[in-house]
Amino acid sequence: VAVGQCGNQVGCRFWDLALREHAAVNKKGIYDEALSSFFRNVDTRSGGDGRDISKGKICSLKARALLIDMEEGVVNEILQGPLRDVFDSKQLITDVSGSGNNWAVGHKVYGCQYQENIVEKLRKTAEHCDCLQCFFIIHSMGGGTGSGLGTFVLNLLEDEFPEVYRFVTSVYPSGEDDVITSPYNSVLAMKELNEHADCVLPIENESLFDIVNKIQQMVNSGKLGSVVKPNSLLTSSASNIKTVQQKPFDSMNNIIANLLLNLTSSARFEGSLNMDLNEISMNLVPFPRLHYLVSSLTPLYTLADVNVPSRRLDQMFSDAFSRDHQLIQADPKHSLYLACALLVRGNVQVSDLRRNIERLKPSLNFVSWNQEGWKTGLCSVPPVGHSHSLLALANNTCVKPTFMELKDRFMRLYKKKAHLHHYLHIDGMEQSCFSEAVSSLSDLIEEYNELDATKSGPGIDPARLKIAV
Amino acid sequence: MSIITVQLGQCGNQIGHEVFNAICSDVHGKHGLCSKKENESYQDTCTERFFGEEKAGVPVARAVLVDMEPKVISQTLAVAARSGCWKYDDQSHFCQKRGSGNNWANGYSAHGPKHKDVIMNLIQKEAEKCDRLSGFVIIMSMAGGTGSGLGAFVTQCLRDAFPNSSILNHVIWPYGTGEVIVQNYNSILTLSHLYRSSDALLVHENDVVHKICAQLLNIKQISFKDVNQVIAQQLGSVFQPVYTAESALHYSRSPLGDLMEALVPHPEFKMLGLRNIPQIPENSLAYSTFSWPGLIKHLRQMLIANATMEEGIDWQVRPPCPGSSIPSRHSTSKPLHFNTSIANLVILRGKDIHSADTGSFQDPALYTSWLKPQDAFNLWKTPRAFNKYEKSAALVSNSQFLLKPLDKLVGKAWNMFASKAYIHQYTKYGIEEDDFLDSFTALEQVISSYTTL
Repeated sequence: VAVGQCGNQVGCRFWDLALREHAAVNKKGIYDEALSSFFRNVDTRSGGDGRDISKGKICSLKARALLIDMEEGVVNEILQGPLRDVFDSKQLITDVSGSGNNWAVGHKVYGCQYQENIVEKLRKTAEHCDCLQCFFIIHSMGGGTGSGLGTFVLNLLEDEFPEVYRFVTSVYPSGEDDVITSPYNSVLAMKELNEHADCVLPIENESLFDIVNKIQQMVNSGKLGSVVKPNSLLTSSASNIKTVQQKPFDSMNNIIANLLLNLTSSARFEGSLNMDLNEISMNLVPFPRLHYLVSSLTPLYTLADVNVPSRRLDQMFSDAFSRDHQLIQADPKHSLYLACALLVRGNVQVSDLRRNIERLKPSLNFVSWNQEGWKTGLCSVPPVGHSHSLLALANNTCVKPTFMELKDRFMRLYKKKAHLHHYLHIDGMEQSCFSEAVSSLSDLIEEYNELDATKSGPGIDPARLKIAV
Repeated sequence: MSIITVQLGQCGNQIGHEVFNAICSDVHGKHGLCSKKENESYQDTCTERFFGEEKAGVPVARAVLVDMEPKVISQTLAVAARSGCWKYDDQSHFCQKRGSGNNWANGYSAHGPKHKDVIMNLIQKEAEKCDRLSGFVIIMSMAGGTGSGLGAFVTQCLRDAFPNSSILNHVIWPYGTGEVIVQNYNSILTLSHLYRSSDALLVHENDVVHKICAQLLNIKQISFKDVNQVIAQQLGSVFQPVYTAESALHYSRSPLGDLMEALVPHPEFKMLGLRNIPQIPENSLAYSTFSWPGLIKHLRQMLIANATMEEGIDWQVRPPCPGSSIPSRHSTSKPLHFNTSIANLVILRGKDIHSADTGSFQDPALYTSWLKPQDAFNLWKTPRAFNKYEKSAALVSNSQFLLKPLDKLVGKAWNMFASKAYIHQYTKYGIEEDDFLDSFTALEQVISSYTTL
């Protein structure tokens, strides 16, 4: 479910790259289990809304998606672009006036107005699924639609489909965000994420920007003898990057799209140690509210020479723990790991995995009750253009500073009651919404604090049960 | 008599597949270095034991495949069918789509009851295909959600439905450094529940098998397939036909029953470890010769010193001398260097079997006092060589082999439990803190029993 401008721009990149990935793997054009995770196969010959075809040749692929925006621009552009046939009109919900960067407008006004419509469309898409395991919500936190309406949809998903996991990819605003009210929008949205999301993958534009620059430098440097494979760039689109003008945020959004592809790779493709989405939630969320995961992706690109000595493989693991590859600005190495997942793709075996975990373990701080807190997955199918790749997801207290900064920015505005009236005059909004939201955020920060406090002492192991002999 | 294999979860299905591969390649290999008559008898027994009627000229494995997600089973079925040597019955499998999410409670409390009828029907159908049923081997891991949780549930159901059949659980002990973060919770819940319904738990530890691949077999980039193939070989060396002491004229008719009788005299002691010798890379085979005295001597020391493989055995460890002061039964400082046994089973296969002398295994010093050594030790053998080894020996041991790993496992799980981490994921499916406490108590009891041997 892509909500708002950011959500839909990222979503568009996602569907583009998903098609590319499946096209690379699925040479025969048969609609298989892997494809069915993201796409329906529709018989459009009879025109209009064709039946779903569950087996056999691919006829017309339709994305299992909902595109929601309170402005028309982005969605219209998608519908005029090369992906127009992947979506049908019943998957779209748009309006004209936008949310004015106001969470309250998105959540309360449009939420109320479009609730029935959204629920109906969600139900329809769910009905097309044999077995619905997970919803992905893609949105930004700083604006009005993605933030407000996006979190409203999150609530709806919990009410309507309580057993289905809710993964949220949230783009957090940076300090120099040009939307003045982004702290309000973000903190109000955070409360919803705290209470209704199973897993949140926070993303910061700064990190994406840094990665784009790093790749660009590599491409331009043209080091002696090394040629970068163009389709292997974490930032490249499915179409040839030389001929098509990429829009400014496309490179950055491709990174997020690749995150989602890697996250779901083991659920879609086979491997010797599968890792499903519900396993990610199970292993990485030790306490219900601590479900914010720091993600890092490697490699950023592949050199054209194919030989991959073991050293380069190990480099990939090291890179995953370097800040250059993270999607948010944080410092996990100097904070406390609660849990860590490694999702490997390509020709990597269990011995490579174990060797690298042993190697990297000593430099990382794990919480006392989870010293071996590693969850691993091996998927045989590498991403396009690579022979192998690694996605690391960390539940680490390093997100605390990010949240604390957010809270500070919020308080700076809130203390002066700046722009508050724009929110309070919306039906259903009261001062208590704000105080509850910041309180929820404070509680979350406090939970991380308590865990950080355990970092210093070498705790004594709790005494075991004694059995009478 | 036939054995039905129940393969559960990704691990169970991947290993089960390799087991049937190993059995098939053993049966169709070189003629086994024995007489033609002997070889035919071996092949017939093996075929009846593990395979049902042929379909399209290819034997069909007596197996039921269960998983809560579809990818592994569909792969397993396809690869087996392509081999041309054997296949699975196309109907004997059950899968779902959602998976168990590495959640024992999901496997046990949600999937179990929901799919009990379908799964038990499949097993019943396989049982009906057998003239005589020796029992069930259930292959499962402890770390995940399906093998562990659904495995525990299915074992319980089997016990209820087949009260007179033997049930052996082949359990995979996960790597110490996580494959799954909640693996220790899943493991203690699995072990405590299996202890109630299973006859015996035959354990393979991933760390141990991994070391065998690295140090003995010299495999550079070890994959799960490599690990699974070693495990399959070891299982084959136990379950392929042998002559027991009682019947020198025909191959044992009741392999699982015999195993239980030999190794599990007391229901408190069900943890069985497995050691094989020799294990060498294929390309070294041509240059190696083996003698029974050598193999038996090494195997015995592996038992005594609790060595996991034939390299790096500590030869300093000796059994306590008779007459020396026996440490108090309640002493907690007893060093666990010497591995005390309750019962041992040695299986010898290959050339010159009549010259093999296993008297050293009957040394009373190896055993606890409550069984006479002649009852505590059993020897099975066959002149028919197994797979590529002209002489090979297997040791199945009910001893303190698994005491340290079990103790470590319980310790780690308890540590995590004290912080209440991840508990909410289990209570979601109805497994409460009390259920955890019950499991901990049961396992501390097992640890205590094995410690005071």
